[in-house]
Amino acid sequence: MGEVKYSVRKAKIMALLKMAFVYAVLLVPLVPVLMMVAWLFVQSISAGPTMGLIPRGITLKNFRFLWSEIRFGLSKYPTIWPIVMNSLILALGVTAFEVPVAALTGYALSRMEFRGRVALMKLIIALHAFPGVILLIALFYILNRLGLYGKGLLTLIGVALVKAGLGVPMDTWILKGFFDGIPWELEWAAMIDGCSRFQTWRKVLLPIIAPGISAVAIFAFMSGWGEFLIAYTYIKRKEFYPLSVFLYSVIGEFVFVDWGLLAAVALFYILPILLFYALSQRTLLKLQLVGGIKG
Amino acid sequence: MEIRSFLRKLRPRRMPRLGRALPYIYIAPFMAYILITWIAPVAITIYMAFTECRWTVTRMRFIGLENFIRIFTRDIYAVDAIYVTAIYVSSVLVINAFFSLILAIFVTYFVGNETIASAIRLAWLIPRITPAVIYALMWRWFIDPRIGPLNAMLKALGLPAPSDWLLTLPYSRLLMIAVNGYVGASFGMIIYSAAVVSIPKDLFYAAKVDGASDFQICRHIILPLLKWHIFFVTSWQALSLLSSYEHILALWAGAGTARAAGVEVWALYAYSKAFYTSDYGYGAALSVFLVAIGIIFILFFFKVFGFERMMQPSRVEV
Repeated sequence: MGEVKYSVRKAKIMALLKMAFVYAVLLVPLVPVLMMVAWLFVQSISAGPTMGLIPRGITLKNFRFLWSEIRFGLSKYPTIWPIVMNSLILALGVTAFEVPVAALTGYALSRMEFRGRVALMKLIIALHAFPGVILLIALFYILNRLGLYGKGLLTLIGVALVKAGLGVPMDTWILKGFFDGIPWELEWAAMIDGCSRFQTWRKVLLPIIAPGISAVAIFAFMSGWGEFLIAYTYIKRKEFYPLSVFLYSVIGEFVFVDWGLLAAVALFYILPILLFYALSQRTLLKLQLVGGIKG
Repeated sequence: MEIRSFLRKLRPRRMPRLGRALPYIYIAPFMAYILITWIAPVAITIYMAFTECRWTVTRMRFIGLENFIRIFTRDIYAVDAIYVTAIYVSSVLVINAFFSLILAIFVTYFVGNETIASAIRLAWLIPRITPAVIYALMWRWFIDPRIGPLNAMLKALGLPAPSDWLLTLPYSRLLMIAVNGYVGASFGMIIYSAAVVSIPKDLFYAAKVDGASDFQICRHIILPLLKWHIFFVTSWQALSLLSSYEHILALWAGAGTARAAGVEVWALYAYSKAFYTSDYGYGAALSVFLVAIGIIFILFFFKVFGFERMMQPSRVEV
């Protein structure tokens, strides 16, 4: 009896140790990441730079950039809102350039038969794997040729166009998947009722895949909002910096850094992203699976 | 099947003239995008590599192999870049392809509670979904010698802590690996997790009844079934790592600092040649290697995994 009891206890301890190990591997490497996120919040309401995660005097002063001028070291910005506008233009531009095109092509690939259809799907897969960031030099040439470089607002739109072009294969693929999920009978019925192919697409199919469209649209918006590299490379005039490039330029003036202000602006910048991910974790994991991810 | 043949019959009558052209009208805008952002840039990169193109990107002068001769004979930084890239890709790959496998098996096989498992997966996604600039900012705080917690923790453990993580070798390279490893780990984790979830539970039960330990189940059931996934994630990540430099550029705030810190990878070197020294032709010549590697990798993907494996089954194909 005693023997059995002992071994059960031992097995229990072993199981406990095993789970402890599993959780340690899963969670210990996350500690720095979670600390960084927590710091961003704490620092944004802290009066001085914080080492740990306890604010050094709580203040809302760091958020004064929302209504007054911003001073980072030597550079001064009268107000942040034009920069926010730039980010908004970029994000909306990417969405507007990307989603309708992806929806049209996704539909054609899912529902129509034409020569080159399989080749086009192969091309999409290939482009999805191909790293677009190494083409920035050639894209710079193209932007110059198209007259979209050094033109202020036009350049911003050019950046949105490039970003949309790089993102459109994946979106097309995701939307094709959504179209694939709709039974043919619906189209059949619509066509018997006298819809043309385009009307069927517009009035029957699009409403059904509205969740898919909105997911892709939000994704495109987020990718435009978070975009840094392309904007940083092509936008040289300060008035047209989006938030990402603005923050980067400020971090560059490292010696004078006001951590509190920086954290507050950073938090303000990622707020839409945080909100989105908090609201749609499930969709997010699913979409990441469907589309795969670069990086 | 019947419905499809019915639709096909229906279409020409409905749109006698547009019928055949219609699919092409639908894909026309897409093709325009692809042409402008992918196909033309690949062609231009290759052509530009054979030209001298400085200061003004639109003015190219054909110089044959001159750029390539310069890369192989006179460029000391290119050698450094190859060395750094080799370290970077191989070390981050260990995290992205293998550590992520451990994470995925642990989180799907061992963590029974689905809510906790998704919370952990989501937490691992944070580095990826955080915009590069903010991610860099958070790291800047984390490694700051005065106010950052990293050095404080290292000192508490009695470990050496450099006064400047960004510029002291080998710490700068460790940092480069960690920063990018966190970003990439979630990719493998998601792919592997989905694969582990799709394994029928009966296999595990049967093995358990036969007296297999959890470790043996991982080793003899899960791992063999995930063979292709591991291969896929490894090769896919190898390609994206070879060409990724955004996070290095964001954290080190410029290619000059990155070079001084010993973290200037090949892709970043090409970028900095073009956009910091305005030597676009030379930058393109450096990029051509990555373009070539990319194309080779993609051909390899299609050959090894096959097209069918790489895409979801499509309704029309049935």
